[in-house]
Order: sequence, then C-alpha cells, then structure tokens
Amino acid sequence: MLTDLINRPKTSKRYVLVLVLITFAILIGGFVLLQKMQNVKILMTLFAVVWGVGSAALLYFTMNSIAQSLPRKMRSVAVAIVFAGPAVLILFWALVLPTLRTFWFSFFDATGSKFVGLKNYMFAFTDPIMLESFRNNLLWMIFGTSTCVILGLLIAVLGDKSKHEKVFKSLIFMPMAISFVGAGVIWKFVYAYKGQGINIVEIGLLNAIVTAFGGEAQPWLLVPFWNNFFLIFIMVWLQTGYAMVIISSAIKAIPSSLNEAARVDGANGFTIFFKITVPFIMPTIITVTTTILIFSLKLFDIVRVMTGGNYGTNVIANEFYLRQFTYGNTGEASAIAIVLLVVIVPVLYYNLKEFRSRKVLK
Amino acid sequence: MKKVKPKIQKSQIVIAAVLILIVTLWTVPTLGVFITSFRDSKDIYSSGWWSVLPHKDIVKTVEIELPQDIDPDGPITLEGHTANFNQWREGIEVSEGRILRWYGNKRSRIVEVYEKKWVGFGANLTLSNYRDVLAAGTVTFEDAQGNQITRQGNNFADAVLNSIAVSIPATVIPILIAAFAAYAFAWMEFPGRKPLFIMIVGLLVVPLQIALIPILRDFTAWGLNGTFVSMWLAHTGFGLPLAVYLLYNYISTLPRDIFESAYLDGATPFTTFVLLVIPLSVPALASFAIFQFLWVWNDYLVALIFLGDKNRVVTSALAAMVGEKGQDWHLLTSGAFMSMIIPLMVFFGLQRFFVKGLMAGSVKG
Repeated sequence: MLTDLINRPKTSKRYVLVLVLITFAILIGGFVLLQKMQNVKILMTLFAVVWGVGSAALLYFTMNSIAQSLPRKMRSVAVAIVFAGPAVLILFWALVLPTLRTFWFSFFDATGSKFVGLKNYMFAFTDPIMLESFRNNLLWMIFGTSTCVILGLLIAVLGDKSKHEKVFKSLIFMPMAISFVGAGVIWKFVYAYKGQGINIVEIGLLNAIVTAFGGEAQPWLLVPFWNNFFLIFIMVWLQTGYAMVIISSAIKAIPSSLNEAARVDGANGFTIFFKITVPFIMPTIITVTTTILIFSLKLFDIVRVMTGGNYGTNVIANEFYLRQFTYGNTGEASAIAIVLLVVIVPVLYYNLKEFRSRKVLK
Repeated sequence: MKKVKPKIQKSQIVIAAVLILIVTLWTVPTLGVFITSFRDSKDIYSSGWWSVLPHKDIVKTVEIELPQDIDPDGPITLEGHTANFNQWREGIEVSEGRILRWYGNKRSRIVEVYEKKWVGFGANLTLSNYRDVLAAGTVTFEDAQGNQITRQGNNFADAVLNSIAVSIPATVIPILIAAFAAYAFAWMEFPGRKPLFIMIVGLLVVPLQIALIPILRDFTAWGLNGTFVSMWLAHTGFGLPLAVYLLYNYISTLPRDIFESAYLDGATPFTTFVLLVIPLSVPALASFAIFQFLWVWNDYLVALIFLGDKNRVVTSALAAMVGEKGQDWHLLTSGAFMSMIIPLMVFFGLQRFFVKGLMAGSVKG
C-alpha cells in the first residue's frame, strides 16, 4: 500500500489537491483536538506523539507529491527544495533571524519601542551585577572546564590500564543522563545545612563528613565567592564523563607500536603520558575543551535551581533570564544575549576553519 | 624479570584505588538521593540517609524500671557500678559497649540501656513519598517536629506524561527533517548548497539564549505559547544544526552506486530516501535520537519559557518544588528520581549508541 503510493508513476493534479487538503485538515484538526484533550492526559500524550510525528511525515509526503506533479524541467530543483527546504527554513526562523532580531532589540528600551543607542551595552559591561556575572562565568570557564578535562584525561588514562574499565567508565558517565535540575536536587542534598547547636544532626553528606572530622558545619551555598566552586563542582560531576569518553576513544586510537617503542627506549609511565599520549590526542583535547568552554559560558540551570543567582553566584545566562522574564526588559536581555554570542564568535571562527580544512563538502 | 611483576601489581592497586575513589565520589550523591526517596519524611530530618546502611552504632536496647526503694539522692549501685544521680544521668559504661543512663528526673526511676549493635537492617522504608509526589490531590505528612502538614500534591504523573508528549516528537521530527536535508546536501545539486551548509555548521555554536526572545514573540503572535507544538518547533530548531551535520557525515559516506541503481530502476529520490537511505542510516539515526531525547527530556530553560506552568514537564515540576518546598526532602528526592528514571533507563540500555552519538558530534548549540 505504502510503496504503491510512493511509486505512483504520475501524480495527477486532482490527487495532489486532495492530498494537500487532507494534510491541512489533519494538521489543523489535530492541533485543535490536542488542545481539547487536556483533561485526559494519557490519551493526550498518545495522541500528541502520533499526531506530531505523523504530521511531520505527512508533510514531506505531500510536499514531495506536489514536487512530482510539476513539469519535468522544474522537478529536480523542486525535489531538492522539498528535501532541504524545511531544514533551511526552520534554521532561518529559529537561529538566523533571531540573531538579527535580538541584535536589533538590543538598541531599544525595555519594551522595544524607543531607540536608546548603546545604553543597554553600557549596562551589560558596567553594571555591578553584570561584572559579578562576568567574574563568575570566568571562574566557571577556567576552573570548570580545566577540572573536567584534566579529570576526564586522568580517568581515561587510568581506566585504560584497568580490568574493570567499562564499569568505572559507565558509572562516571552516568550523570550525563541526569538533568541539571535533577543534579541540583542531588547536590542540594549533599550541601544541606541544618544550622549549628547541640542535638542537631546534619543530614547533608558534606556537613556530616566535616563534623565527623571535628569541623564546623557550614551553609556551603551561602559562603560568598567559595560557593561558586561548590556550584562549579556540579558541572564537573555532570561533564567529566563526556570528556572522559571522548578522550578515552582517542587514547585507544594511539598505535600500540608507539607505546612499545617508547617502553623499549626506557621511558616510564609519566614520560609516555607527557611525550606521547598527550601530544597525540591534543586535537581531541582541544575539541573537548572548546565544547565544555561554550557549555560553561551558557550555563544556566544549575545556578537557577541552586541559588537563583543570589549570594554572589550569578552568571551571564541567568542574568539574561532575569532581565527578560522577571524584569521584562527586552533591551537589556538582548544586549546580554549578544554579548554571549560575541564571546563565542572566536569558537565559531575556529569551527568553520577546521571544517573547511577537512574539506567535508565535496 | 622477577622484579617487574610485583611493580606492575603495585601500580594496578594505585590505579584501582584512584578509580574507586572517583567512582565513589561520582555515585554516592545519587545513591543518597535514591535511598532518601524511600525513607519516611520524619526519619529524613532526624538522621542522615547513610544510617539506613548496616553499621555499628550505640542504640537503646531496653529500659529498666528501678525498684521504689532505691534512694536517688544517695549513691546508687547498678550492675556492680556505684555512682551518684548526676553521674548516672550522664551515663556510665558498665561493661564493654554497654552504657546505662538515668532517664528523666529523679522520680522517674527509669534507666536506659545502650549497647553497640549492628543497625540499619530494619530501616523504615516506604513508597509513600512516590505516591505523594505523583498525586494530584492534597498530601499530608509529618514533619520533623511531628506536625501534620497538608500540601497540594505535585502531580508528577501528569508532568511525566507531558515530558513524553514533548520529548518523543521533539526527537523524531528534527531527525526526520535533518535526514532529508542531509541527504539533499550530500547527494543533490541545487543552488546555494555550499553556503547553506556552511551556515548550518556555523549555527552549531550559536547560544540558544539569543533566539529565545524573538521566538517567544512569534509564539505569542501565533497563539502557540504553552502548547506542545511550540516545544517541538523550538527543539527542532535548536537541535537541527547538529542533527544535519552528523547525519550528513554519515549519509555522505554511503556508496553512490546504490542510489544510481535505484534511479535506474525508476525510483524517485523520495522512494530512494524512504526505502534505502533511512534503513541504511539506522546506526547514525539511533545514536542521535538518544542524544536528542536525553537533551529534550532534561531541558529546563526551553520548557520554562515556552510551556510555562501549563503542561509542565518534569524538570519544571522539579525546579518548582525546589523553589517552593526546599526542605521537603522526601518529596524532592522522590521527584528527582521520577525525573531521572526514564533517561537513566535510556542511558544504561542504549549506552553504546549514545557514546557513538557523542563522539560523532562534539559541539551542541
């Protein structure tokens, strides 16, 4: 049945018209129906999945039929448009145009009605809250990224020599499957603080350990400046697995003859590590570092859930959220988003350069 | 030769020790939340979650009621030890690990016996936290001081269903669109092919924050705010650059011959795509699907902005709980586990594909 439809030799105009009408009916009817199903959750979920996926497939099928019904001369371009068009269109709508629109908004006031020139950028670079956010983002980028990469490298190298590599690796990798919000709860519980006094039993793991060794319990997330590091550790916990997996596969690609030759020449573990392993996997280390660097720059959820950006832990992306969605200042929020983009531009440049040098596109 | 062998073993031990240390640090926080999610709300406040694990501790075993003729003001002799009331009140170790302590005032005449014992086996575990967090109605529980607290349930069951309704289409749709596009970029000739593809690669690093305000304005104008469709569209847009890039890398390596012979047989590009390219690309499609699914399921920012409180997904529901009920650990921990269970299943079940997907694309926008 399906192949019959797909292989239909010549698509008549009438058939295409009917198909277009049916497609529209399903798209609009399904949307209306979905909104009305709010009270029957299970049914709604099933319907949303089937209708959402089905509509996307149907759209392609219909568009292809339209393209096939066109005169032969236009057909090959029409088919290419059907295939590549939706992706290009969505990317323009979701990323390209928004970049320009956000740039435009950044020169206007809170509601977007009055031109204010560079005022929002003055705010973005001089406001004390923004300066604090810049400082903290710098901490995230420097300490977060380097800890992830160094730990990932360490575990990858050690794991390579261990018999139970797979178990170790998947346990360290596991947090990658956990949301930042979930991780926030996990670590809020580790950092939990009940206060000082007799008969207070600390239920947070960190304070329990500190008090067991005779220390004093601390409200870890409220200690200015240092609380940033307690938050950064959550990112390290989440992202080290990623660095480890990628670096580990690069280490496995090092020809064993190279290591053996070094060993024959009398090199010890450290020499091999610094003179062979690290230089060999340097491109991978750079890629991983770049990814985590971008990631830590845009980081939002951990700070949002753990401290809301209070107690000196604010970051740029959180301030963006606050400006736009709490204070309703589109101008300032847009300027912050543009600053984020500008910081990333060197990475973008590097990415494109590397992409061209690999000559992926024939 | 003889000397080499023990040296290797020694380094093996050091390696194992370092790895075990890191793995412990990596898993214990999750374990703590997991255990806590099964503990009684009152127990959570009075002891750490680790007290559930079997360990030796000093615990009260029995209470002895002293005969009325004992004079609390004079010296008191118990089990061969003599001391005055205040000393007994402090507690005295009468034998190895056995401590006697006077309970209450002088008139109570009750002595508690404390002994070092293995505890933790009979921990008071319960599923009621999960019931409370899934429920939509009101929930009552007892807090640390023994007060009865009544709260609105968190309706996590609905949040899980919403997450499913968001995640599955938001995984399949971008893959479908990306696969079509990747095929076109790899095997079709059309004007603007190269610059468009370079644009896609460039978009890999654009932070999604930059797109949020304009897209929110569009959704408001189109009346899509708070609908699943808005989430599908947004996640499709944000996931597409990586999806197209990865699938392009894969599809462009398929041998040209199969397409050519298909065309000779009279197949259209659409037929070739559905019947040949899709089945051949399953490994790449699957690994990206897992990646995108986890990303969408775990997303908080996009859901927070486009869905709001209507059709709340698990991450939003959990984050709202952290904000409103920061000390209700029995609800928070069970909620956290509810939000993690599906991604963890996907992760452990399909780990190998996931790793492949990660390694193929190392930048996500």
